[in-house]
Amino acid sequence: MTKTAQLFKKIRQDFYLAAILIFLYAPIATMIVLSFNSSKSRTRWGGFTISWYTQMFSSRNIMEALYNTLIIAFLSALAATLIGTAAAIGINRMRRIPQGIVMGITNIPMLNADIVTGISMMLAFIAFGISLGFQTILIAHITFNIPYVILSVMPKLKQTSRSTFEAAMDLGASPLQAFFRVIFPDILPGVLSGFLLAFTMSLDDFIITHFTRGAGINTLSTLIYSEVRRGIKPSMYALSTVIFITVLVLLLISNFAPKKQRRSS
Amino acid sequence: MNKKLLAGPYLIWMAGFIIIPLALIVYYGLTDPPGAFTLANVASISAPEHLKALFLSLGLSLISTVICLLLAYPLAMILRSRGVGDASFIVFIFILPMWMNFLLRTLAWQTLLEKNGVINGILSFLCLPSQSLINTPGAIILGMVYNFLPFMVLPIYNVLCKIDDNTINAARDLGANFHQTFFRIWLPLSVPGIISGVTMVFVPALTTFVISNLLGGSKILLIGNVIEQEFTKGSNWHLGSGLSLVLMVFILLSMALIARYDKNGEGSGF
Repeated sequence: MTKTAQLFKKIRQDFYLAAILIFLYAPIATMIVLSFNSSKSRTRWGGFTISWYTQMFSSRNIMEALYNTLIIAFLSALAATLIGTAAAIGINRMRRIPQGIVMGITNIPMLNADIVTGISMMLAFIAFGISLGFQTILIAHITFNIPYVILSVMPKLKQTSRSTFEAAMDLGASPLQAFFRVIFPDILPGVLSGFLLAFTMSLDDFIITHFTRGAGINTLSTLIYSEVRRGIKPSMYALSTVIFITVLVLLLISNFAPKKQRRSS
Repeated sequence: MNKKLLAGPYLIWMAGFIIIPLALIVYYGLTDPPGAFTLANVASISAPEHLKALFLSLGLSLISTVICLLLAYPLAMILRSRGVGDASFIVFIFILPMWMNFLLRTLAWQTLLEKNGVINGILSFLCLPSQSLINTPGAIILGMVYNFLPFMVLPIYNVLCKIDDNTINAARDLGANFHQTFFRIWLPLSVPGIISGVTMVFVPALTTFVISNLLGGSKILLIGNVIEQEFTKGSNWHLGSGLSLVLMVFILLSMALIARYDKNGEGSGF
């Protein structure tokens, strides 16, 4: 390929990337701008204000929902990571046919529609006599999070060769030692990404929470849904901005911290 | 130590919270309120208003899936070609919106599309006639594409990254042009990614009630809205479960399709 053709190709690619970026970020940018707009109109700039932010932070509803969202995301991701990682190791050692069946079941909550998963769990909680509330949201989130952990740990497990584990055993390590010194470091990236994925899925979930929450408890998603249906308030834009910035900072840290470690080691 | 036992807690958990709940949906879907067996709930899908909602859902989600695939594939190819060092940051930028709350993303489009929204504001500033953008099927498709695009990009990108550069170079050395390389190398090797991307977009799009509620107004009912209303407003759980069963048939069909293609994909890929 000639140099001009290559340059032309690169420009075309950059143009495509830019177009998609605009599509992805224009709505978010709009919300950030509107969150500082003192006019409630969406088309007129009434001057800079941070009153929507103070309004948001002083709203007990929003703060409670935020707390619920974070605590459920953390607890469900943690529980799902523990159960899921153990399960992945167990499943990896199964024979072909039981493994196929278990992985099929694992795929159900991922492939099934959230609305069906949500409704089915609601019916089950009512049938089991568990009252709908914080605990049912947590159980539901753990349930749909485990498969994500399994599916991110599984490929790493498949990559670890069994002989390194056996070598460690031959050299006198106990099975637990061999696991934590040999296998675990290899699958750790999968475990961590599984945890992060589970955490995000939980943060982002609306549909399953919508069906499994009882009256009186809200996560951010369910709160936003009920607020938006009553008409958009600018404090929702402030909330979006705060969430966006938080996610951005967290992801930047998590994306660039491991690199430093690698360089120093 | 038997490592298989480590899967025990998981199996118990899944039995309690996946298998039994699904069995309950089947039970509710096939019984009437007193508890006698009936097919009426499932058959009610043929009622005109339900059938209309189902076909609309199928149509809109198919269109959205195709648009997502057409947008995501070139994007994934470009991202892959941008080298490893840079790429992690570029990829990061493209999946960042996925980490935003789903409802806030939809809210953003509502803000843009509304009657006195941002786009109409810009149009009137340019002295152009205002458009009715919201509460149309187009707005729903836009919302679906926007929300689910990263779910298409990620699996395709991951699969493309696994393709060995040598395979592509070999094809080039053997005289294949871009067209041939694409259809003989790229596409067959990326089938597993495409399939998982398609399901990750199609299933949520088919069953959504949030996007249609926020961007389609109350007039456009998708099958998801019909089911949701049975459980929250109508409180006819039996009818809602019956319709969910119909929906599950479509999901099972797509799962069967995936199982078939995934095998082929693995067979040719490895």
